[in-house]
Amino acid sequence: MTVDVSPGGLALPSYGRPRGVHPPLDFTGYRSTALRHPKQPLVLLPQRLTEVTGPLLGEGLITPADTDLTSGHPGEPQGQRIILAGRVLDSDGRPIPDTLVEIWQTNAAGRYRHSREHHPAPLDPNFTGVGRAITDAGGNYRFITIAPGAYPWGNHHNAWRPAHIHFSLFGRAFTQRLVTQMYFPGDPLQPIDPIFNSVPDPRARERMVARFDIDLTQPEWALGYRWDIVLRGQHATVFETEVDDHD
Amino acid sequence: MTEGITPSQTVGPFFAMRLPWPDGPFVVPEDTPGAITIVGRLYDGAGNIVPDGLVETWQADPDGRFAHPDDPRGPSAAGYQSFRGFGRCPTAPDGSYRIVTLQPGPLPALDGQGADREVTEAPHLDVSVFARGLLDRLVTRMYFPGETAANDADPVLRSVEDPRRRQTLIARAEPADPGDPDGPGAVLRFDIRLQGDGETVFFDV
Repeated sequence: MTVDVSPGGLALPSYGRPRGVHPPLDFTGYRSTALRHPKQPLVLLPQRLTEVTGPLLGEGLITPADTDLTSGHPGEPQGQRIILAGRVLDSDGRPIPDTLVEIWQTNAAGRYRHSREHHPAPLDPNFTGVGRAITDAGGNYRFITIAPGAYPWGNHHNAWRPAHIHFSLFGRAFTQRLVTQMYFPGDPLQPIDPIFNSVPDPRARERMVARFDIDLTQPEWALGYRWDIVLRGQHATVFETEVDDHD
Repeated sequence: MTEGITPSQTVGPFFAMRLPWPDGPFVVPEDTPGAITIVGRLYDGAGNIVPDGLVETWQADPDGRFAHPDDPRGPSAAGYQSFRGFGRCPTAPDGSYRIVTLQPGPLPALDGQGADREVTEAPHLDVSVFARGLLDRLVTRMYFPGETAANDADPVLRSVEDPRRRQTLIARAEPADPGDPDGPGAVLRFDIRLQGDGETVFFDV
């Protein structure tokens, strides 16, 4: 594609601005938002070169062992072994290949391996709880790990986080950067978790929940869960149309 | 067009298990000729430091180009080796972060009407902030103090009407050693205030 840099000719992709999808920055149910959300309104940033490009990370960064969280230790970790697989897509349905996926999670007992974690549940010498993958040409990622546990937190009396796995994604552009959490189906803690319920639209909330997949499940070995991640879509438009919604 | 998008969730208190990389703060190696150091602290609405945040930066190279297929001008002829464009640094127990990089070049942009359509964006970094208590990423920009004319003409800075708020987007030059103001190795300070007095301008990108 040859595009010259002249008025009317600097054709850049633009990305839809999701409305009603992401949680509000000020959310009473999650106490830590109180002093950490901006009070001034966000200023609209037109998408220009810095926003429609982004880091293309990963080549040479990861090894196959990075996708198997049950490996790399002297023995097998405690807990339910799972295969977690899915695709990274944009909202136009296009797979996003060669993009870095980073995850971290608790062990089966609900304990993070982190110095500031004080939950009195056992650490597992055979589980660290971090992984990373690069999507393939079809946008697919795949991890082997163990099912994380629920854990208590100090947000309110008897507060427990539902089991979840943290995900960090880049996509292909700065606009597509996303950090989120993946939840498990049928978890009774989801309806009472402020972080899960900070997402206003119940249908959007359900998109954070993986589904059990018997076809991904491997006999005598591991349960399969499938979870697709959808990032903002790209629409090839001429640069100037972006300016129109600036007012 | 937003149908089906996966919602954001907080990075939580334990992202440091995975996200920091040993060389994350180094957009270029520290001994790269012309390397600059950006330092700053992250503050909450009570003026307290935020020791569990994550700052990421993304920027053009010194020629104002991106090694990315959606930069229609193609990669820089100079081919800045070891320049990653991307920096990532968790905040320390004192709320500080540090990024070592090269100053980006200005960028062409199309804006406005008629003869004023062709404008230039002043050198800048796009900055993402993640933390416990942030349910979604915050986005801001860092501009350079030595670029007064370019900053005055920058369409994004101009879109921030309050001049005091605009100043929150411009780093300050300070000596690397505050006890030796004439000493070598000046750094750029870019503090980020999430809320309250001097609240940083954040963007809807």
